[in-house]
Amino acid sequence: MKKNLVPLIVLAVLAFFPLAVKDNYYMHLMILFLMWVVIGSAWNLIAGYTGQVSFGDAAFFGSGAYAAGLLSVHLHISAWWGLALGGFAAVAVGLPFGWICFRMRGAYFALATLALNEVMRHSAAIAEGFTGGMVGILIMPSFVSKVPYYYVALGMAVAAVISIQWIVHAKPGYYFVSIREDQDAAESLGINTHYYKMLSLAIAAFWTGVAGSLYMNYMGFIDPDVVFSLHDISIMAILVGIVGGVGTVYGPMVGAFVMVTVQELFRSGFFGLFKYLGNVTGSGTIVSIAETITGAHILGFGILVVVVILVLPNGIVGDWPKIRNAVFRTKPAT
Amino acid sequence: MAYFQVEKLVKYFGGLAAVNGVSFQVEKGEILGLIGPNGSGKTTTFNMISAYHRPTSGRVIFKGQEIHRLPTHKICRLGIGRTFQVVKPLGRMSVLDNVIAAAYSRVNSRREARDLALETVQFCGMTPVKDVLAKSLPIAGRKRLEIARAMATRPELLLLDETAAGLNPTELLAAIDLIKKIRENGTTIIIIEHIMHVIMTISDRIHAINFGQTIAEGTPKEVAANKEVIEAYLGTDYA
Ligand SMILES: Nc1ncnc2c1ncn2[C@@H]1O[C@H](COP(=O)(O)OP(=O)(O)O)[C@@H](O)[C@H]1O
Ligand SMILES: [Mg+2]
Repeated sequence: MKKNLVPLIVLAVLAFFPLAVKDNYYMHLMILFLMWVVIGSAWNLIAGYTGQVSFGDAAFFGSGAYAAGLLSVHLHISAWWGLALGGFAAVAVGLPFGWICFRMRGAYFALATLALNEVMRHSAAIAEGFTGGMVGILIMPSFVSKVPYYYVALGMAVAAVISIQWIVHAKPGYYFVSIREDQDAAESLGINTHYYKMLSLAIAAFWTGVAGSLYMNYMGFIDPDVVFSLHDISIMAILVGIVGGVGTVYGPMVGAFVMVTVQELFRSGFFGLFKYLGNVTGSGTIVSIAETITGAHILGFGILVVVVILVLPNGIVGDWPKIRNAVFRTKPAT
Repeated sequence: MAYFQVEKLVKYFGGLAAVNGVSFQVEKGEILGLIGPNGSGKTTTFNMISAYHRPTSGRVIFKGQEIHRLPTHKICRLGIGRTFQVVKPLGRMSVLDNVIAAAYSRVNSRREARDLALETVQFCGMTPVKDVLAKSLPIAGRKRLEIARAMATRPELLLLDETAAGLNPTELLAAIDLIKKIRENGTTIIIIEHIMHVIMTISDRIHAINFGQTIAEGTPKEVAANKEVIEAYLGTDYA
């Protein structure tokens, strides 16, 4: 029972959050957080548990987003249908890709996912007649309030996390980890490694695509550079995964929280701190820092990756005992 | 029709014939020893049986069925298990989880897989280390884990590739006991082993190869007295 206590408390806090905090700004950040929980958990499944590192999650995210947007533009049905169909659109992109590219291992597969990301981005830009090209897709938002979006995002995150946890603890989960640890050994144990890699990719692509559809519905605007973005989606997904802890249950949640916060810190120029300092001190240097820092979030991501890999190679959740010992200065249990 | 047989197996790596026309048969319940100096093609023969390598030519027949075109995981499910000479532990999984992953080839539910794995771990004498991470096992433990994992796939035919290499005398005796126990279970075994007194005492028949070709086959006594075998192992001066 105690095992389920923490998740239940977290869920209760999240369920009541909109009642306690009415501020649109924090609601917005929480919706992004929930969206990244979904993407991070999906990335964790294919990369963390199955060991097939994806550098191209935006391919699936963007497929889901475009599926929702295109449904609305071409068929004039609600973009909310995309929430289900977007997932399948991403699977439709992922499966043929996996079929071909899972013949490659390790870094070669990772590079192929990077290529898929770029192929999708350029395709969306080139197929102007169908996708609107670089102009993107604009749809009318369904709700003025952020509360409905919040609960849709929460439902999506809960469903994604529970389904992924369930699968990880069942037969496929054992097979995924076996493949990660040694693909040749896995084959000798009767594991159809190609099939199970495809299964893992399909589930990961599905949830990433669903997150993309939510993004379309919530933001109301997408274009190829936004939803097929290498750094804002694909690399962010990797960071959410490794900051929290690869192959851990709660890692993607912690990672999503940290990364959405870091991203927002940079976007807002550390909540206007530098702007304020610049005004107070009148220092030209600080003023120019304030002006450039909002564009420097990729630099910030880069520094964060280096720090995490050096200090917490297993992520915040994976290295939690280490952090606890460092903070509370208790002797490590050796 | 033999229970298991390989027929004129050939494997070229580039210009090198690692295995060059090896044929042998195994009867149900038998232990066949496969011997030969280093690099003579023993592991490559196993790799062809378990489909890590496609034979350049030749056939592998198990219970009347040609299996050399099947993928590795299907060979396992047909009932042929194997261990790796260069051990392949699933490092960041516990010993029990390694064996559970293998057990899932025969059962689907978590409970059944766990029960089958616990039983196998017990059978292989690994119960005391079942919760240890595979990567932190010493070499004897890793060799034994190879066997436990293969056993959890419930093989009818088990291929053992130098599972006794690198063990100290006590561990060696335990390994021999385990192999005998597996045989008493009714499992057919093909065993590659360098330690002569092990292979000589354990095998019913021995098949000796050198440079990828058969040089002798017969009972341990016959093979031990064979001139070519002595030459291959000790050099021409001793023959
Ligand atoms: N994957 C491979 N690629 C190229 N050459 C190989 C490969 N595997 C084995 N060989 C070569 O084939 C020969 C037989 O090797 P092997 O079957 O491992 O011998 P054994 O197990 O009898 O010691 C050796 O010369 C070895 O170098
Ligand atoms: Mg060998």
